[in-house]
This record gives sequence, structure tokens and C-alpha cells, in this order.
Amino acid sequence: MREKNILLVGVGGQGAILASKVLAEVALKSGLDVKMSEIHGMAQRGGSVVTHVKMSDKVHSPLVEKGEADVILAFEQLEALRWLEYLKPQGEVIVSLQVMEPVPVILGKAEYPQGIVDLLYSKVDRVTAVDALAIATECGNAKASNVVMMGVLAQKLGFPQESWLASLKEIVPEKLLAVNLKAFEKGYVV
Amino acid sequence: MKALLTGNEAIARGAYEAGVKVAVGYPGTPSTEILENIVQYKEIYAQWSPNEKVAFEVAAGASISGARSLATMKHVGVNVAADPLFTFAYTGVNGGFVLVSADDPGMHSSQNEQDNRRYGKFTKIPVLEPSDSQEAKDFTIAAFDLSETFDTPVMLRTTTRIAHSQGMVELEDSRLNVTKEYVKNAPKYVMIPAHGRQRHLVVEKRLAELKTWAESTKLNRMEINDKKFGIITGGICYQYVKEAFPEASILKLGLSYPLPEEMIRKFAAQVGELFVVEELEPFWEEEIKIMGIKVKGKIIFPRTGELSARMIKGSISQELGLAQPEEGGIKTNDLPSSPPRPPVLCPGCPHRAVFHVLKKLKLTVAGDIGCYTLGCLPPLEAIDTTICMGASIGAALGMEKGNPDLADKVVAVIGDSTFFHSGITGLVDMVYNKSRGTLLILDNSTTAMTGHQDHPATGKTLMAEPTGIVRIGELARALGVKRVVEIDPFQLAEFEAVVKAEVAAPELSVIIAKRPCALLEKPTGLSASIDKDKCINCRQCMAIGCPAIAIRGGSVDLNESICTGCNLCVQICKVKAIRKAGENNA
Repeated sequence: MREKNILLVGVGGQGAILASKVLAEVALKSGLDVKMSEIHGMAQRGGSVVTHVKMSDKVHSPLVEKGEADVILAFEQLEALRWLEYLKPQGEVIVSLQVMEPVPVILGKAEYPQGIVDLLYSKVDRVTAVDALAIATECGNAKASNVVMMGVLAQKLGFPQESWLASLKEIVPEKLLAVNLKAFEKGYVV
Repeated sequence: MKALLTGNEAIARGAYEAGVKVAVGYPGTPSTEILENIVQYKEIYAQWSPNEKVAFEVAAGASISGARSLATMKHVGVNVAADPLFTFAYTGVNGGFVLVSADDPGMHSSQNEQDNRRYGKFTKIPVLEPSDSQEAKDFTIAAFDLSETFDTPVMLRTTTRIAHSQGMVELEDSRLNVTKEYVKNAPKYVMIPAHGRQRHLVVEKRLAELKTWAESTKLNRMEINDKKFGIITGGICYQYVKEAFPEASILKLGLSYPLPEEMIRKFAAQVGELFVVEELEPFWEEEIKIMGIKVKGKIIFPRTGELSARMIKGSISQELGLAQPEEGGIKTNDLPSSPPRPPVLCPGCPHRAVFHVLKKLKLTVAGDIGCYTLGCLPPLEAIDTTICMGASIGAALGMEKGNPDLADKVVAVIGDSTFFHSGITGLVDMVYNKSRGTLLILDNSTTAMTGHQDHPATGKTLMAEPTGIVRIGELARALGVKRVVEIDPFQLAEFEAVVKAEVAAPELSVIIAKRPCALLEKPTGLSASIDKDKCINCRQCMAIGCPAIAIRGGSVDLNESICTGCNLCVQICKVKAIRKAGENNA
């Protein structure tokens, strides 16, 4: 594994930025050049959010463009569908089963697409669907579902597990660490 | 030692390493985290000012006193600070002075996408533009040296993709003892016309010297490879170009203004077709064309939004008759389209109650900049105008004076932090010019949109010290407003009655809608719930646009996991089908 482009997609407030920071820190520890790019501000208020993590011997642009992602890590089903065209043909999707309806759907002005996970399977050879919310709730905090997803990603990417745990300890606030470590380990064995 | 830093963290680190003593700003995406990170360096005094003009002036004063000082703001903040900027360019500095302008091409979180490199030319000060986090740190340090060498304020311009991207940065130690002695020098620092005329001569001479220096500084560099064509670029676009054409010859501009004319001539002479790749304005392109050099820029690139490696590759390839980049991704055109997910007021947001009432009363609403700008989106759609920070008040007054039909129904809506930023003078204008209007100050006790920064009414400084509180109601009364009402907008019936009464009143009113931001409130763990037996599916509760309320299976459903128990929907339901938070287990 020398070069990986990863998109983390979800809804503002789900913890995509924190997850990206952990991932970037892990790549840094492995000696790779790494760049991470995020957008916050207005979009963060419940909007669609994406962060880009690129790792290689030398990374120039911090952005993953259409057709360039090796992995899409989606914290919400609709967001997996929205960003799917960014995936390489041989790429991999890891998707949380969580559903969060956007305002146009809530207002009945748009339909939330049905059967998203099946649609993903129809397009992508490697799909992992995870009930991250349920796992995180089981661990004691529904908000840790982003870290459950990190655990699933960690198992796929193959960096040493110690380096993930060390990065989590650096980035996650002390009082939330225990539940997040538990969430990570549950994700790792999905 | 290497660390992974965002551009903003790297600028904070650079300021520390450069021996900065004073750092001042006003929060604004994408600049905010510079000061939030600078507070970790105990050697630096850091503060939020009420607005960018004051921030700039505080930093300028610190520079005159001898300290290296930093002012940070978003691009539109520089407009607010433009008055001192233009004249501080005349006086020059004592301790080094750097202004960070964080621009937002693509308007991820802004009301316009102005290109602040133009300020460099307009004010005749140098502009540095980093291309990654390492350069963000290095250029910050270089900017302070440049400032002192040429006795000039320096602009460090970033864009969102630099400010909010992480990359590797080599950390070094801080330089100590760079503080200068203060010596009174009225001809330099007192800008009366007689002094100003002399300083203008100095500015012109300085600019000529900077142009000469631009030819030799390592901030600019040529990368000569394949000479078939050449690209002049800088900032984030340099990274896109490297990705699109790894073998291309590049002139990378780290000094965005003034440009190195001789270097550009030399570069142009070595390569075939010459392109300039820059986001937003054709700033370099115009400068290069003034030199009489043939270059292609905006004829093949858009003047709006962000560029990308693929776009650059596509446009230049087409121009040169080269093969177009392949669209290699998963084909998704046969999949159902994804409904958009616009940002939304959070569950439990007190602004929702305010806009519900303003909409219900069919008022014309002059809005302002903050989370509450989201009140313009469906289903609330309760805002008529948003221009810039503080503009709601002047705009409401203008609508009142300009159109008699609006005079009895126009209100201004502004947040607490925005009111301190530039709303106070607007309110003075309302008092002075006999407005009969109504100003609503949405006081959520924080600067919410940019991530909860303190302000003059929170009782805490940027450096987390307790401080005095400017009380908004007392301030309004002191200005001469007789009708000042403070009320919690979640007391919906009372709030509506107050708005009705104050709008009807034949004189100026200020309503302070006071309720802390929902994200600052400790979760109660309680949520409202729907009594399906009583619900008549009238969908009135949907009209407030709460993410916790949706239609599922043809009837209204409340998502108890994200409901904060604000009870706004409880008060709106006419058939009492929504149970109050805490009463749902009956």
C-alpha cells in the first residue's frame, strides 16, 4: 500500500473531520506524505460534508477528484450514493446503514432513494455495510459511530493497529476516549 | 520534528516561530483557527476584537509600539479593515506586521468570492501566497522579515483549500527578542496631509524597491522541465498544476504582488505557449499582459469558483490539442439522483422560533450574517435581504424610509456577535433618524457559525480569562432606545405577542431574543414525542423545518434521537398531539 485516496462523506456533525484527522495521523506515522482537506463553516450545519485524505510518497493536490477514490467511507447511506462517482472502478465502499433525511425529503419535496445498499452492490465489487449506529450505541455512545467506521476502515487499510490506537489517543478528548476505543475495536472486527 | 498541520495551524506556528507578540482578529471562515491555535503559545498575547477594523488597528498599534503583530480575518473582513489598511501602508511599521486574508473561492461559507490580491496592488503592499502548510508556516516567517526590511505591512493571502488542508510541516524554535524599541516619530505615524504627502513618496519608492527584490526572492521559483509550454501559477493552483502536468515547466509565484517582471520574461522566452493558472480574478494575467507578454488565462479558465487538477488538465490539453483526461470513475447516470442536503438550523436552535413568528406575522425581514442566515431557506423562508456583516439594520432603516408600504412591517434581525461587529452604529442611526422600526437581536451568547468564539458579551476572552460583559439591553437604552424587551423566543406565545406589539408601536424598539445556542446547552436527554392517536396529520409542525420531524409512512414522525426537547413543535401543534419533553412516557 503506497498510494491511497480516501473520501470520508457524511452529514455535518457526524464527526467526519475528526475521523479524517485520525486517518491522516496514522498515515503520517507510517512515513507517507499525506494531505487532508475539509470544509466547514456554513456547510457544517447539517449539510452534506466531505473530507479528502490522500497518502502517497508525494502528494500535491489535497483534493480527490471524480474517479480517483480508492475508498469511500460513508457515514450515511445517501451520502455514499451522492459521492459514488468519485470512486475508482475497482474501489471499495464502506457504508454506515444510518439514514438521515435531508430537508427536501422531510418536506416531502424529494424522495429518499430506496435500496441504496443494493444499488451500491450493483455497482461496486467491494461493499461493506455496517450498522455503525447500533454498534456505537451498544458501546455506550451513539456519537461514536464515526469511530466504529474508522475501525472498519483500519482493518481494510492494514496500517498497524497500535498506530490507530495511538492516533485516537492523540486526537479524541480524554473523557470520550474509553468509549471510542471500544467503538474502534468493535468496528475492527466487523 | 514534523507535524501534520492545517494551513491555519501552520500560520499560527509560523507566527510563534517568528517571535510574534500580539495576534488579533475577528472570527470568519476560513481564517478562524489561526487565532484559536495561537492561544497555545503562551509567548503571544491574542484577542478577538469586535470587528476586523478594530483588530487591524490593535495589531497596527502593537507594531508601532515595537512588537511583531498579526491580524487575521476572512476576505470580506479586509473590506471592514480597509480604512486603516490603506493608511497603515503609508505609515509603515515598526515591529513586523502581517495581515492574513483568508479568501474563499467557491464561497463555501461566504457571501461573495472577491479576490484580495487586488488589495495588494490597491494599497501597494506585498502579497505572499503559500501553496501548502509548510509554506504557510515558512511564508508567515518570511512575511515578518519582509515587513521589517521594507517598512511595510504585508498581506499573507490564503484560500480555503490552503487554510483547511492538512500537510506535513517541519517545526522549529521560536526566535526570541525581535521586539523593536519605540521612538516617537510624528512625520511617520501622524497622517496629516503634510506628512501623508511625504509618506506617499516613500510608498512609491518602496514599491519600486519591492519590484527589484521580487526578481531575487526565493519565494518565486522556476521549475524548468518540458519546454513545450509553460505555466505561471501559485497558491493552491500550483498543487493542481503539479498533479495535472508533473513534467510541465512552471514559474511558481510565492510573491503574488509585485510580480518579478524580468523573471517572467526569462521564463516566457524559454517555453512555448504560456499559460497563467489562477483562481478568481485574472490578477497575474493582467499584470503580465501589461508587460506586453502574450499569455492565456481566463480565456480558457472560469473566473468564478474553484479550479481543480482535472479542469486545468482538460483546458490546457484542449488548447494544445492533447488528449483529454479520462473520466475513469464509476458510472452513476443510471442510479436515482441524490436529493440535495442543504445546511439547516440545528434541532433545538432558538433561531427557528424567531423565524417561525416573523413568517407567521408576514414581516419583511432584513437579515444579517450568521447561522440565522439559514432562516432564508425552505420551509421558513423568512429573510428578505442579506448583504454583509451589520447590514441588516441600515437596510431595514432604508426600506422604512424608501417605501411607505414597508414602513410598518420591516424588521432587522442580527446576531449578538454581529451586533457588536457592526450593528451598533446602525442602531445609533435608527435612533438619530427617528426610525419607527424594530430591531431583533438574536442573542445566543456566542459567535456560533464560526465554531463558538467568545465576544464582548460572553464574559470571557480568547485567552480564556474572565472579563466584563457588555450588556446589550443596557447599551440600547443608553443609546436612547425607549422600548427594549428581552425575551426567550421559546416562550412562543409571549414572544409572538412582543413582536406584534413592538412592530405596531409608533417608535423604535429593540427585542433581544435571548436563548443560548443549542450546541452550547447540556443535552437534557429528553425529547418530545407524538401522540399518534391525537395527530390529525395537518403537518403544521413541519413548517418549522426541524430536522427531527419528518413524514414517515404518510404520517408525521418525530426522531427522538436528535430531538433536544426545545418544545417549539409542542407549542405549535393545535391539537396538542405532541407531548412535551419529559412527559412522553405517560
